[in-house]
Amino acid sequence: MTVVNSEEFIVQTKQLYKAYNGLPVVNRLNLNIETGCFCGILGPNGAGKTTTLRMLIGHCPIDAGELSILGLSMPENASLIRENVGVVPQMDNLDPDFTVQENLYVYGRFFGLSKAVLKQRIVELLEFASLEDKAACKISELSGGMRRRLTLARALINKPKLLILDEPTTGLDPQARQAIWQKLRELKKQGLTLILTTHYMEEAERLCDRVMVMDHGSIMADAPPKQLIRDEIETHVLEVHATDTVLIEQLKKDSSIKRFEQSGDISFFYGDKLKHALDILEQGTHDDYLYRPANLEDVFIKLTGRDLRE
Amino acid sequence: MRVWGKLAGPSLIGNFGEPFLYLLVLGYGLGQFVGEVQGMSYMAFLASGVICTSAVNSASFEGMYSAYTRMDVQQTWLGMLSTPVNVAEVVFGEVLWAATKSLISVSAILIVATALGLIADAWALFILPIAFITGLCFASLALLVTSRAKSYDFFLYYTTLVITPMVLLSGVFFPIDSLPSIVQVLAKSLPLYHAISLVRPLMTGGEVTQIVLHLSVLIVFGLIAGLLASQRIQKRLIK
Repeated sequence: MTVVNSEEFIVQTKQLYKAYNGLPVVNRLNLNIETGCFCGILGPNGAGKTTTLRMLIGHCPIDAGELSILGLSMPENASLIRENVGVVPQMDNLDPDFTVQENLYVYGRFFGLSKAVLKQRIVELLEFASLEDKAACKISELSGGMRRRLTLARALINKPKLLILDEPTTGLDPQARQAIWQKLRELKKQGLTLILTTHYMEEAERLCDRVMVMDHGSIMADAPPKQLIRDEIETHVLEVHATDTVLIEQLKKDSSIKRFEQSGDISFFYGDKLKHALDILEQGTHDDYLYRPANLEDVFIKLTGRDLRE
Repeated sequence: MRVWGKLAGPSLIGNFGEPFLYLLVLGYGLGQFVGEVQGMSYMAFLASGVICTSAVNSASFEGMYSAYTRMDVQQTWLGMLSTPVNVAEVVFGEVLWAATKSLISVSAILIVATALGLIADAWALFILPIAFITGLCFASLALLVTSRAKSYDFFLYYTTLVITPMVLLSGVFFPIDSLPSIVQVLAKSLPLYHAISLVRPLMTGGEVTQIVLHLSVLIVFGLIAGLLASQRIQKRLIK
């Protein structure tokens, strides 16, 4: 599965725009994704992540702006582009009337692949997805993790140059998730370009070379995950749970605190050392607190706010 | 055209049972009271009507319930649209598949009808392509309905308000000459009447007249419905 690419950027968008009922969902997006990159898009529900991905495969008409993939413009070349793209959708759409093997076969036929080619390819993919024993099983006999691995294998049937994954591990148990991660890292090593959306910060932090935080159809930040944490937020966080205002006011006197947030009964203090505040806590009786390095989730919350999105 | 996948399709438990029941029960039961109709036994008269109805029902059912399942519940079409396949090809594939189902059920009924001695001669073989065209026509109409459906319940409107009255009034059970002329005009403006007009003489050894007219009605209905369905489904899925 070697992938050769002459293009520097596999995905390019210029002022890409999409609105539903007058509300922009993708708002003048300028995006360049370099070949071989593992790119993660984070964002709250309704941020425009899925719409962006759907535009990439021609499942969503473009209201304004330009989009090109593999140097081909969308939507004129939608079929040609899809020939070289693999898609793992948010919702499983494996065909329950077919077995594991048949699902791969039928999907491959839609790409115009020949019987002989597919026979070979299906063996490789079943091995890749660790589903060799399940080849003749019905989809209903598979666990959630197996279904996702099969969907991933199916997305690779055409040897794509770009793989698009919309929340590939949502709803999976930790083991199944780790298994998917391992497969994705393998693909990245083989030179595939991957674009993934996720709600799991850990997933983005572990897998992605580059993380974009998206909200209200715009990109709020775009950098490697470590750099995002370094650049976008203070180094440490002190979380104090369920406490009274007297203690909080006391803690706030620490001059190294740069930012303070209250969410429910948790108080968040952001800063670099927070030594003074920690001293107060150590001397006091309140022991329900947590001092930790800032992580991607803190960046995410800082950029997109604490409000619930529905 | 990329339709191979369809042909491997879901299991072929056709709904042959109902047409057989109609044919046997009504044929024997009513046939005793009715005697001959248009110079043929009632059973022979009814058989051609039942054949066309079966073509209509097979294609309609497939184009509504099964297609809706693939479009909405299972998201199969969106999966297919992640490959180089486009919406028009998906719709065309569905129409061909549904018409194939019509062909299968009509073939089964034809075999039984032959065994019952209801077939006049080998001209009856031409019923098969007519059944397929009828299937294409009603599959397209069904997909047009599906393109608007928000749930399975929606299909009841179409079956109750269109399909059933059409079956009752298009000459399946009795010749429509006896109906008021306005009802006759209505029946003749719908495709089923034209399918029966082609099938009945083929089956009973009569002379087929106005072939071009009958075929055109079936084809024009199918084409227009197919194009509209494709357009609507495009709008529904690619949004």
